[in-house]
Amino acid sequence: MKPLELVCPAGTPAALRSAVQAGAHTVYCGFADETNARNFPGLNFSREDMHQAVAFAHQHGSKVLVAINTFPRAGDEDIWHRAIADAESAGVDAVILADVGLLAWAAARHPGLRLHLSVQAAAANPDVINFYASEFGVRRVVLPRVLSVAEIAAINREIDVETEVFVFGGLCVMAEGRCSMSSYATGKSPNMQGVCSPASHVQYVQDGADMISKLGAFTIDKAGKDEPAPYPTLCKGCFSARGEVSRVFEEPTSLNAAQLIPQLAKVGVTALKIEGRQRSRAYVAAVVRNFRAAVEATAAGRPIPADTLTHLSEGQSSTLGAYKKTWR
Amino acid sequence: MKLTLGPLMFHWPAEQWQQFYADIADNAPVDRVVIGELVCSKRLPFYEALIPEMIERLQAAGKEVVLASLALPTLVRERKILAGLGEVGLPVEVNDLTMLTHLNEGQPFTLGPLVNTYNRGTLEWLAARGATSVCLPPELPLSSVTVLAETAAAWGIDCEIWGYGRLPLAMSGRCYHARLARRSKDGCLFVCEEDPDGLSVDALDGKKFMAVNGVQTLSDSWANLVGDVAALKAAGVTALRLSPHTGDMSKVAQIFRDAADGTLLPDQAISELQQINPERRFSNGFLFGEVGAGWSHSGA
Repeated sequence: MKPLELVCPAGTPAALRSAVQAGAHTVYCGFADETNARNFPGLNFSREDMHQAVAFAHQHGSKVLVAINTFPRAGDEDIWHRAIADAESAGVDAVILADVGLLAWAAARHPGLRLHLSVQAAAANPDVINFYASEFGVRRVVLPRVLSVAEIAAINREIDVETEVFVFGGLCVMAEGRCSMSSYATGKSPNMQGVCSPASHVQYVQDGADMISKLGAFTIDKAGKDEPAPYPTLCKGCFSARGEVSRVFEEPTSLNAAQLIPQLAKVGVTALKIEGRQRSRAYVAAVVRNFRAAVEATAAGRPIPADTLTHLSEGQSSTLGAYKKTWR
Repeated sequence: MKLTLGPLMFHWPAEQWQQFYADIADNAPVDRVVIGELVCSKRLPFYEALIPEMIERLQAAGKEVVLASLALPTLVRERKILAGLGEVGLPVEVNDLTMLTHLNEGQPFTLGPLVNTYNRGTLEWLAARGATSVCLPPELPLSSVTVLAETAAAWGIDCEIWGYGRLPLAMSGRCYHARLARRSKDGCLFVCEEDPDGLSVDALDGKKFMAVNGVQTLSDSWANLVGDVAALKAAGVTALRLSPHTGDMSKVAQIFRDAADGTLLPDQAISELQQINPERRFSNGFLFGEVGAGWSHSGA
């Protein structure tokens, strides 16, 4: 059995080289602008970086995917169109798109370019996946993080294109590409600017013995003395509802579905995606090495090495997210 | 300026549902009514049987009726619901592109606010496919709205924006009402019925922030563009969406109608809307401000 394809994050050219050397079958990255959903300061690739990265990856037998997965701003569509053209001329193996207009553009103007559907399109059932395949020639779909393993199995039975699923890293609890909580609080959103709960709008303020974390005008977390102050990511924050303070949406946890790799392989998933383009090269290399060992073990019919990844998760805790039906 | 009553986003008892739409048919000066389930397919059986009769009543009152469709269909049952909507013979509001795959050839459809129509390419592709109207995503700034209104005009379709009511901010696979009640989504016992306008989710500093409605997250504030009609007309917007809430929705519609027709001054319209529910906070920041939660009724 062929191991599942590992699709690994690269926020910088250095991280890309680390991921490739650690055993990534494929890396994904973005240009240093608002065309991708990890538009963070100091991250991402210039045009020249991209050419070099593709050459390096291809020399080592790895593929490169470029995420152009924000929704183009009306009137400035050219910026996104140029990103697609430049990705193609850099020789990338596929682009990852979410916007219908951009998919139509790429299908018409770049017929030789392989298209993947971003998780930002939140394509959550076979009907709509088949629609993207027949209308735009999409070859692979990154499934939204709202589906159980049984639902993924059912989807794979009804579609012809490949599926890619998240197995590790940060966890959106909302259907991706359908969330404007961040812009409600900060004016910046994943869909438009490629950011969520941006650092530019975060403040840590001492409040007596507590350190409070604010996003925009709203206090959404706090830490006592000697506790690390949590980053105020909106859907992991603390809120008050019905007079009770709790993490209404999700705990500060991250996804780790390593133990589900054999099941995901069995239900016909093609590729496993690791989140974390904002992470350090050392982190990326460690995660990639562990997951490469896990997919090789599964392919050889051996058990997954237990708990090897737990210590890499945010806040030391991890979840199976929506893969487990009771998460809902 | 047309007025559209969006689909009810909340879980109301069937009797309340019926009274609400009867009142809309009899008293609300809206041109179009989108009716049916958007948020959670589990709610539909409670009022499904009442829908056909209500459609007739709304049509008899001169309203154009459009069928709502689910925002995040994943289950086989939900896909069947969408397929059924394609058979009714009325226009359908698409809120997930899945619905496009269940429309009959030539069946008219509208684009709801949960479809990501952010730019010309997307709007043109969907218009070419037969969209007769677009309600833009609420987070778009006025600069984008202006460009898209021009595109809509070139295609001869309505350009609508979210004019009144709590803003839809997110959809999830997880039900927050059930989670807060320490229940699972499958065993929710319809706890969302306790909050007919959504359950407030406040920041730790006590600031009003958001609200949950089952699998949906909303703004705490009520979007309110009644004071911005002139700016919206200038931008080429041709319709405003009013989203159903408790309270006198026909009165809300009348205030919007008068403001849109210029017979009620912006400040007066805002003040009258505030009087209906004094505790509600308003926002228009997605269009005119730095952040979505912002509120300034000058439009400046």
